[in-house]
Amino acid sequence: MHMATTLTVNGEQKTFDAPPDMPLLWVLRDILGMTGTKFGCGIAQCGACTVHVDGKAVRSCVLPVSAVSNRTVTTIEHVGSTPAGAKVQKAWLEAEVIQCGYCQSGQIMAAAALLATTPNPDDSDIDAAMAGNICRCGTYVRIREAIKQAANGRQS
Amino acid sequence: MNALDTVSRRSLLTGGIATGFLLAFHLPLRAAVNEPVQPKDTTDGKFAPNAFIRIDPEGVTTLVMPQVEMGQGIYTAVSMILAEELDADWSKVQLLHAPANEKLYGNPIFIIQATGGSTSVRAFWKPLRDAGASARAMLVQAAAAQWGVDPASCTTSKGVVTHKASGRTLAYGALAAAASGQTPPNNVPLKDPKDFVYIGQPFKRLDTPDKVNGKAVYGIDAIVPNMKFATLAQCPVFGGKVGKVDDRAAKKIPGVRQIVVLDDLVAVVGDHMWAAKKGLDALVIEWNEGPNAKINSKAIWDDLRAASAKDGVVAKSTGDVAKGLATGEKFEASFELPFLAHATMEPLNATVHCKPDSCEIWTGTQIMARVQSEAAKAAGLPVEKVTVNQHLLGGGFGRKLEPDMVVTAVRIAKQVEGPVKVVWTREEDIQHDVYRPVYRDTIAATLSGGKIVGWKYKITGAAIIARWLPPAFQKGIDIDAVDSAVNVPYEIPNVHVEYVRAEPPAIPTGFWRGVGPNNNVFAVECFIDELARKAGKDPVEFRRGMLANSPRFLSVLNLAAEKSNWGQPLPARVGRGVCLQPSFGSFIATVVEAEVDEQGEINLRRATSVVDTGIAVNPDTIVAQVEGGLVFGLTAALYGEITIEKGRVQQSNFNDYRMLRINQMPKIEVHVVRSGEAPGGIGETGTTAGPPALRNAIYAATGVALRRLPIDRKLLAAGKKA
Repeated sequence: MHMATTLTVNGEQKTFDAPPDMPLLWVLRDILGMTGTKFGCGIAQCGACTVHVDGKAVRSCVLPVSAVSNRTVTTIEHVGSTPAGAKVQKAWLEAEVIQCGYCQSGQIMAAAALLATTPNPDDSDIDAAMAGNICRCGTYVRIREAIKQAANGRQS
Repeated sequence: MNALDTVSRRSLLTGGIATGFLLAFHLPLRAAVNEPVQPKDTTDGKFAPNAFIRIDPEGVTTLVMPQVEMGQGIYTAVSMILAEELDADWSKVQLLHAPANEKLYGNPIFIIQATGGSTSVRAFWKPLRDAGASARAMLVQAAAAQWGVDPASCTTSKGVVTHKASGRTLAYGALAAAASGQTPPNNVPLKDPKDFVYIGQPFKRLDTPDKVNGKAVYGIDAIVPNMKFATLAQCPVFGGKVGKVDDRAAKKIPGVRQIVVLDDLVAVVGDHMWAAKKGLDALVIEWNEGPNAKINSKAIWDDLRAASAKDGVVAKSTGDVAKGLATGEKFEASFELPFLAHATMEPLNATVHCKPDSCEIWTGTQIMARVQSEAAKAAGLPVEKVTVNQHLLGGGFGRKLEPDMVVTAVRIAKQVEGPVKVVWTREEDIQHDVYRPVYRDTIAATLSGGKIVGWKYKITGAAIIARWLPPAFQKGIDIDAVDSAVNVPYEIPNVHVEYVRAEPPAIPTGFWRGVGPNNNVFAVECFIDELARKAGKDPVEFRRGMLANSPRFLSVLNLAAEKSNWGQPLPARVGRGVCLQPSFGSFIATVVEAEVDEQGEINLRRATSVVDTGIAVNPDTIVAQVEGGLVFGLTAALYGEITIEKGRVQQSNFNDYRMLRINQMPKIEVHVVRSGEAPGGIGETGTTAGPPALRNAIYAATGVALRRLPIDRKLLAAGKKA
């Protein structure tokens, strides 16, 4: 059964018809046309689909849209408007983290959520926050470096 | 910042310089065909001197990318090479994906339009420099004609021609129309590398700004008006067919629009991926599994081992190997590598709109023109009626050197009214890959006076080249499978290399990052370590003794030893292992430091690579490629194995086909040696280096000589020694 659902995505109210069990990932990509959030595994093993719900990093591929109605969703397209997200994006480019980039939406969302709650993460904080995000290109060394760089807050 | 135009292929102009089918580096292919540079298409006052360069009257310089961007940074490197000889204004550079056009954009090494084998910079180094220099010369001629001066008295820099004597200047944009009327000069001189202003500098990548904000468009992100979404189930047994399909439950699922049943697969088309996926899960499919349902890994290995006992085709023979093997003490070992899936982060996908008289495709592929021609066959259309819109690739690793995903999507789309985006689930992606083949290598060698006297090396495995590039498969030798076997770094007087072609039954096999050298370098470097131990020598010292006439190998090995603190004391159960490799035209030494715990689990502590890849076009990209390549190789060594039971792949997703994660990472240091030699390949080198270096570290830490991958923890826990 399709139901009218209302979500706040990136500060805008969106109303659409979707089955209540439809994962947020496919709502974003296939209904709202926001393709920055990626499909990687469908079983919350790789983190490519990471978005923020009320500021927390979640795996949108296993999150039914009915569970997030009336909550605030932030995606990669808008994370730059948060202080932590902007710092992470800048550090990612400075450290030249990215290779193919497909997992990096999820990596950036996970890193931004980490910095929002833990402004000066140590290596074990980084491991705990980022171990759920696979990068097949193997950019992990630079991800760690960029998170530290973002935390050190060399603000532009 | 530079905009990356991801889909506007129609704005491409035609005609121009042939890439120049240079003599292949090592492929015995047809000889060079050089077409003259032809200025064409002077419409809109645009200067379009060749297949790679467009300059408009505002000076916007559009560069057309003959190689595809899948993370390796090639768009930036290609642009730097073109811009260097063109003396372009870097701030005005824009990029375009090349269209399918083998004649203009064929890879000079492969002939076909392919990105792979770490060939991009090696293959295009000369054609791109020629294209840039030729265009620059035409711009200079146009300016000189306008000023009535000798072109030789003009200089160029950052998109401007200057006549020093008079102080006059003209920007390239202002010269675009006039330059189009110039005849390209013959034999334009190229810059002396000491005059390079772009090449060799650590340039920021052009593709990354759009990858931090969700704007980058991969194949899976293509949005075509009114498209539907589909996902598919192929027969889980290789070669099996669809029997009966009960779609009653699937059709009741909201959003499901159509069930497509083909002979070997079933696809569900819906309003979105979720409807398609739920529909697929609700289907009851009976498969006719066919004869391959009996295939299993054990039988495949039995067959491979039996094949490897046969004589092979001789790929190399120097000295007198019979005499060599009769001299001194003889040692033998066999090494085995498993099937591997690619698991690109972007699952297989293609969006296709089939009409009665045309077919349009949106995807990311490593083989543009082959995708176009294979799609045409599947669609039953002439090739010119098929348009392929290239996108960024969310990883390639060789998987997208195969056209199967597009062919499958076209077969489905033929049954669908309007455009359809076909996306593989991760499970389908892993269970219907084109796998890195299983290999078995055997080496026999003799030691006399602490030196290797005889060396007989046999490689047994699939001939991917025979299927993928038939003209290069000659005399029964797969030149990729023996690439780093016929070309070892060491001086050995009596060498014999042979190859046994052994195709696994029904399992499709193809290129996987690191290709043939992954197998050769693993066997060679593991065995060299075993021989060093037999000779009572330190592994680095033993290698040095065979490198007297190989200064580039010797220098990277020495620097890797120094940077990795080789020889300095380590705690118990920690070891260092070295790998020296000749692959892809680069010279690379790698040291991995690892700890093995009592249960046989591995803790990666450190990896150090020293790279001599000739002229380093964009040095930071080279560092990044080796870092990432090491992770790719170490992941395979620690976890990678696809196994077959009842004709099916047993792994399905990242829970059972594991990847290295950030919390398991070693420290990585990559040192790039300054060199004036021609550029080598780099994208696959780290992948090749990681597994043998790790295995040798484990050997040093435990004395256990592992001879198969992935690493067997039980063997390490038991502490068995070879």
